[in-house]
Amino acid sequence: MEGHSTYQPQGKIARWFESRLPIVGLLHSSAVSYPTPKNLNYWYTFGAILTMMLGVQILSGVVLAMHYTAFAPISFARVEHIMRDVSFGWLLRYIHANGASMFFIAVYIHIFRGLYYGSYKAPREVLWILGVIIYLLMMATAFMGYVLPWGQMSYWGATVITNLFSAIPVVGTVIVEWLWGGYSVGDPTLNRFFALHYLLPFMIAGVVILHIWALHHVGQNNPDGVEVKSVAKDTVPFTPYATVKDIFGMVVFLLFFSYFIFYIPNYMGHPDNYIPANPLSTPAHIVPEWYFLPFYAILRSIPDKLGGVLAMFSAIAVLAFLPWLDTSKVRSARYRPLYRQFFWIFAVVAVGLGYLGSQPAEGGFVIASRILTAYYFIHFLIILPLLGLFERPKPLPASIADAVLARHGATVVAGAAAPQTKG
Amino acid sequence: MAHTETSGTNRRDFLYIATGAVGAVGVAGMIWPFVSQLQPDASVLALSTTEVDLSPIQEGQIVTFMWRGKPIFVFNRLAKDVELARAVPLNQLIDPQTDQDRVKAGHDKWLVVIGICTHLGCVPLGHQGNYDGWFCPCHGSQYDSSGRVRVGPAPLNLAVPPYNFVSDSKIVIG
Repeated sequence: MEGHSTYQPQGKIARWFESRLPIVGLLHSSAVSYPTPKNLNYWYTFGAILTMMLGVQILSGVVLAMHYTAFAPISFARVEHIMRDVSFGWLLRYIHANGASMFFIAVYIHIFRGLYYGSYKAPREVLWILGVIIYLLMMATAFMGYVLPWGQMSYWGATVITNLFSAIPVVGTVIVEWLWGGYSVGDPTLNRFFALHYLLPFMIAGVVILHIWALHHVGQNNPDGVEVKSVAKDTVPFTPYATVKDIFGMVVFLLFFSYFIFYIPNYMGHPDNYIPANPLSTPAHIVPEWYFLPFYAILRSIPDKLGGVLAMFSAIAVLAFLPWLDTSKVRSARYRPLYRQFFWIFAVVAVGLGYLGSQPAEGGFVIASRILTAYYFIHFLIILPLLGLFERPKPLPASIADAVLARHGATVVAGAAAPQTKG
Repeated sequence: MAHTETSGTNRRDFLYIATGAVGAVGVAGMIWPFVSQLQPDASVLALSTTEVDLSPIQEGQIVTFMWRGKPIFVFNRLAKDVELARAVPLNQLIDPQTDQDRVKAGHDKWLVVIGICTHLGCVPLGHQGNYDGWFCPCHGSQYDSSGRVRVGPAPLNLAVPPYNFVSDSKIVIG
């Protein structure tokens, strides 16, 4: 959707600059005159919220790195030094630690919004896959960041996750020792994780730019899932409409975020991580951070080392194939009565897997994990391909403008309708 | 909002400005911790005073101590060093100051100065130069037995840190 810019540089200097580097025009066409579907709801502000959270994490992280030292014998003490000695260090660390959780809350809402409104379907497959890549980079970044305080959960989390690679036949052990830089998680591991933890957010920022580029090239999806037919009737300019709506969404999200920072800063954390890393004693009940729990449940549900690891990685990888697994031409769940129900079942299953991941791997929890893990894959590999063939979608609105007018009780503009051939 | 009667100003303008003002205060409040964290932290401030025992320092000896990451010269001056410093007319000095102003009354033989050349921050060498004091190897500045600059390019005397005698043989710097 480039080329919508009405930007005319005002003044001699602006014109001189624009003819040499048209960056102001680029910003104007992407963030001011860019046409956004007029039916976007608040679920569509999470892209902006996520961009803000990436900024918050990079900013607070760079500042924390000024006070931190990645050296196994002192890293735990350095984090306590930040908490006790550094001016506002407690605030900076709580922003960063809770910011990671907030980032994942926002990304899960963003992903489920995409699932509900079919945002991954043509022509948005590349946009979706870039999103999956960002999600993977986020998981890697968060995991390595959690290792840096060098507490018990840091150490044993790093041990368990890196040991996943030991499941690879023949070369597994070699790969794990290569990851560690030793024969166990230790100072070399901590150092490389710190370097990578600093690097990856900037790679995320790069992929985010591609993600937004792809989004603005094909145009945003919307709650009705029909394409923009007329820029004049179906869209409003990004500024002020989307800008103000996004800022409002960000402020509300910041209120939620602030409650955690100032009132329950350790709610998302684990008390064992306030015990310095001890390579001789594993905590009795070891769990990853909450945002990894569904995948952790899938890992533990398979009674085979390699199988469990493969299942866990497949659970993420399957998302990348979603545009081709979902055979329905209709995007939005609003017009897919059956998919809508399966969507909510899937959402409950995903949350259920998260709950099971937090419970000890024994008795009924194991059986429940196996059932939900099976359903997770059945949803993507069987239900979605078949649903497109058997489901009878509701009639789609002729245009976004028609959908908006119909929902708000006004008369549908006659003659604007064109037969819908492809959602 | 002095001109509330102007036809172009309405409720919406007020809300717009009020929202912007609250937002600006919030942003400023959030910027402050990010600026403040760069200040010396509590562990650095905890080291801001240093106790020095003078008893092992021999007459004529200069001993260097650390205070806030800087060298402190403690000079146990001989009687001739003090006499020499006090005999100099003030108008011959680059940065005129009497020797009495640079030491604690009653402890005239003890000179305590920050050992950083006032030119560009090097550490001068003791018992060198032509004035019974210090010579800076970086750019050739010379200081006398009172730590006063006698040959440039340094513009100022060696600074005297805040310190007090807690007993005849013990000082607290800072």
